Amino acid sequence: MILGRVVGFVWATRKDERLHAGKLLVVEPHGWYDPPQELGHLVAVDTLDAGLGDDVVVCMGAPARWRLGSVNLPVEAAVMAVVDRVEWA
Amino acid sequence: MQLGRVVGALWGARRATGLDRQKLLKIQLEGGGIVVAVDGLSAGPGDRVLVAHGSRVRDLTVGETVATKDVVIAIVDDLAEGA
Repeated sequence: MILGRVVGFVWATRKDERLHAGKLLVVEPHGWYDPPQELGHLVAVDTLDAGLGDDVVVCMGAPARWRLGSVNLPVEAAVMAVVDRVEWA
Repeated sequence: MQLGRVVGALWGARRATGLDRQKLLKIQLEGGGIVVAVDGLSAGPGDRVLVAHGSRVRDLTVGETVATKDVVIAIVDDLAEGA
C-alpha cells in the first residue's frame, strides 16, 4: 500500500466503460513499500470522497479491485482510506 | 495507473503473434519515463491518457492473448491540480 497526497482529479469521457466505479484521483506518493520502484504520481479510483490535499492510503493490484466490488474492473489502484493523522516513528 | 501524453505511434511489420493488429503508442509518462502501450480507445498523438499496467487489466481490456502489460484505458478530458 502507498501513502500519498491527493494533488488532482482526472475527467475522461472516452474511457473503458467499467471505469465508472468512482472518481479518478491523482495521488503523489510520499511513502510506500509496494511497488518498490518510485512513482512520480499515480491515478487511483476513489469511492470515499477524498478531497484535494487529503492524505490517502492507496492499494495496488487485485485488492484494489476487491475494494471496488468486482475482480472484473480494469483498475490498478484504489483508495482504501482517507488519513486523519500519521505518526512517523 | 499513470498519466501520460501520447508522443508517437509505432509500426513494425514483423511482430510477435501476440501483438498482431494492435495499435502501439509511445507515451511520455508525467514525472518521467517512456512506455509503449497498446491502445484500446483510438487515442492519438498529443492526447493525454491514463495508462494501466498489469496482466489483469490487459485481460479485461484488450484480451488475454495480447502480449503487453501496458494498456491505455482512458483519454483525459480535463485535469484539476492543486494542493
